[in-house]
Amino acid sequence: MLIRICVSLGAFIVLLAVDKSIDLASRAGGRLGFLLPLFLYLAVYLTIGCDVLLRAARNICRGQVLDENFLMAIATLGAFALGITRGVLGQSTEGFDEACAVLLFYQAGEFFQRYATDKSRKSISSLMDIRPDVANVLRDGAAVSVEPSEVKIGETIIINPGEKTPLDGVCIKGATALDTKALTGEALPREIVEGDAVLSGTVNLTSQIEVRVEKEFYDSTASKILELVENAADKKSKTENFITKFARYYTPAVVLSAILLLVIPGAVTGDWLTWTYRALSFLVVSCPCALVISIPLSFFAGIGASSRHHILIKGSNYLERLAKANVFVFDKTGTLTKGNFAVTSIYPEERREEILRLAATAEQGSSHPIAKSIIAAYGGQTDGGYTLTDISGKGILATDGQTEVLCGNEKLMQEYGIEYAAVAAAGTAVYVARNGEYIGSILITDELKDETAEVIAELNGMGARTVMLTGDNEAAAREIAEASGVSRYKSSLLPADKVTEVERIISQKGKRDVVCFTGDGINDAPVLMRSDIGIAMGGVGSDAAIEASDVVLMKDDLKGLPLAKRIAKKTMGIVFQNIVFSLAVKLTILILSAVGLTNMWIAVIGDVGVSVIAILNSMRNLSIKPNKN
Amino acid sequence: MKKVFRLKDLDCANCAAKMERSINKIDGVESASVSFMSQKLTIEADESRFDSIMDEVVKVCRRVEPDCEILR
Repeated sequence: MLIRICVSLGAFIVLLAVDKSIDLASRAGGRLGFLLPLFLYLAVYLTIGCDVLLRAARNICRGQVLDENFLMAIATLGAFALGITRGVLGQSTEGFDEACAVLLFYQAGEFFQRYATDKSRKSISSLMDIRPDVANVLRDGAAVSVEPSEVKIGETIIINPGEKTPLDGVCIKGATALDTKALTGEALPREIVEGDAVLSGTVNLTSQIEVRVEKEFYDSTASKILELVENAADKKSKTENFITKFARYYTPAVVLSAILLLVIPGAVTGDWLTWTYRALSFLVVSCPCALVISIPLSFFAGIGASSRHHILIKGSNYLERLAKANVFVFDKTGTLTKGNFAVTSIYPEERREEILRLAATAEQGSSHPIAKSIIAAYGGQTDGGYTLTDISGKGILATDGQTEVLCGNEKLMQEYGIEYAAVAAAGTAVYVARNGEYIGSILITDELKDETAEVIAELNGMGARTVMLTGDNEAAAREIAEASGVSRYKSSLLPADKVTEVERIISQKGKRDVVCFTGDGINDAPVLMRSDIGIAMGGVGSDAAIEASDVVLMKDDLKGLPLAKRIAKKTMGIVFQNIVFSLAVKLTILILSAVGLTNMWIAVIGDVGVSVIAILNSMRNLSIKPNKN
Repeated sequence: MKKVFRLKDLDCANCAAKMERSINKIDGVESASVSFMSQKLTIEADESRFDSIMDEVVKVCRRVEPDCEILR
């Protein structure tokens, strides 16, 4: 095709130059002199346009009258006919060159559109380079390379260093580090030992491991994510549906006005040739291609750009909604906060070492997050030889025969009749006593994520409302809310209350408001589904989160949220530009053709040009940077 | 039943829109979406008559865009 375009273009330029400089028609002489340029131009015309003519003929046989090939053929053949008529009437025979040019530009434009969409499709799919190629499965004691889809649950696969994990499973032999960057955007490799889950799409970095397959290929993480991105374009946005609808009426409308333009002024003035020419110019811009291609492409590029930043958007419609999102509701634990507990203060501070050591000794056998945070804060060797007794819901009693350590909440202190200094600050307080004597207390709180305050400030700055929902008590909630900067918060909510709360927010929202809920997706699936846009964070590997949400932030980083919003806004901006620009250009051409201020040359260049510019504009979306502008 | 088919040689976006419109008119098709970008047809149709509906879909596509092929 490219060769054909180049050859025809070359021939056309030569022919045009020769014709303009020496005027072939008059040189050939005589009344039928116009036949010489006619045949030459016709040769070029057929070289470039034979397939358009063929398709036009074929489609007209099938009853597709308003087919773009057919309309192009009418416009150009009409131009030829016009030239011949003029020739027969003895007038100057312009028009052949235009007919050729129209088809040439049309074909070149089509070629470019195909090339550009193909290219963008490829560049977008390559952003998600997690598709596994082969699986080395152990069968009868030997490793066989098979298609990942052929491996069954329960089989053992071998993953060598440098290879992509093809299927989800559990490591049963060996230890290694996995590169999970493609899945989670996490730069640090994840250490894997026997018994750890291994997700497909990760890359083995250091040494060979054996993995027992837990999920079939199509249910594995990599396939799920790819499927999600690939199908995202199927959920069409309102704008896309509008364009499709518009395109449906655009062509008939243009054709109808072309006919009217021919008949009415033609009959009034009697100057049929001029009006035929103007009507034919109309047909040149009758294809709504610029819009029909560039709008879906803009959305597709937006989704592609997001997936490059590890944000999966499940449809163009969500991208469209996200651009308008102005009420951001957050779950607290695991979303705004790290979800892990940490020791923030110790009372009295002077006895820090002693208090931590006693508490760590008492808590050493526990796997509770609070116990873990105390042991982590202590960091040293705990004393051995203690018998640990768990006092359910209250704390731990540790004794080695001489010393008796009590470590737990207020109720534990009260039960043993120990006088303690109650901690008023928000968080969880752990009290420590030795041999009936109160030593001190440890305050443990859930830490805010490093980026939370910045992200909330950015969202507030965009004019959005930010709401935090939490099961924590009022004091803890207030402190986190103040530190994070959210505009409102709601405390002491049970999981079910969160759904009610989101429903209340949705029912009270204004007509143009869009409510967006962000959670870790673990136990807030109902809320994710209920909100206008449900965003799951760090949801990779959790099917429920991926199913229930509309947007998945694969990287456990809140910054993805304002980024997604920015990409969405930029996409909508580009979509709007493309719509306005394409329509404006087409309308201008139509008006100018109608009053005869332009010719077919301008019409086709304008029409093809606007498509090309719109496509290039769509691609601009791919280059959005993660940092602010 | 919902199924996704790949489309080969779907070259023009306007044709995709036309195909989508025509397929949606077929009796028994609940919803159909032709994505020019992902070159896919997503169709939701009456399960008991799915094959005959698909035959009809192929016929419609051939009429609208003869170059495009549905890979079944």
